[in-house]
Amino acid sequence: MTSKEIISSLPYEYPFLFVDEIVSIDENSVVGTYTYPSDLPFYQGHFKGNPITPGVILTETMAQIGLVCIGVLLIKNQQKSNADIQIAMTSNAIDYYIPVWPSEKVTVKSSKEYFRFNKLKCKVEMYNEKNQLVCRGTISGMVKS
Amino acid sequence: MSDKVKLIDDLKEIVKPYIQDQEAFDNISEATDFINDLKINSANLVDVVLDIEDKYDIEIDNDSMDKMLNVKASLEVIQEKLASK
Repeated sequence: MTSKEIISSLPYEYPFLFVDEIVSIDENSVVGTYTYPSDLPFYQGHFKGNPITPGVILTETMAQIGLVCIGVLLIKNQQKSNADIQIAMTSNAIDYYIPVWPSEKVTVKSSKEYFRFNKLKCKVEMYNEKNQLVCRGTISGMVKS
Repeated sequence: MSDKVKLIDDLKEIVKPYIQDQEAFDNISEATDFINDLKINSANLVDVVLDIEDKYDIEIDNDSMDKMLNVKASLEVIQEKLASK
């Protein structure tokens, strides 16, 4: 699958699609990027007069690039079908190091720990444009079609 | 201690991190259902099965996994896999 096909298979859209580009992907790892437009609605309230990208959004971005994109590829390769993917995050443990401001571009790097019985678990890291570690941790989800 | 009692004891140790119902856990028996009694979610049920694989050095296939919804069925799968090792 091409990067474009994977992104168009994702079950999200604005304002909750947090994948711009898949730089590289295979069944074991993925690298992808996203730039947070400064007019995303949540910046109005997080925080009052001081917009910073919420941790939950960073986690969601890591999950969409780091988990769901690999999940889409695994499912399509397994089934060779175009059935829509069903996905649910089931757990995550993330540590956050530095803030992400509006208009910043982030790169997410993820590697698969295992995919068994429809559960996908990945180790995921996010970096900013200065290549500083923004956050990292593990994310798991159930993936099926 | 019979093999079965020992197996249930081992299984109790394995499911411990994932249970949400302490009372059902304290009273665990062959009839205990992982999802309905212990309130383990489907994602953690996968962890239970992976931990069982590591503990007994066995490989559990999809069909066996589908059966492993309660203590009794899990013991049967473990014993069957151990016997065929």
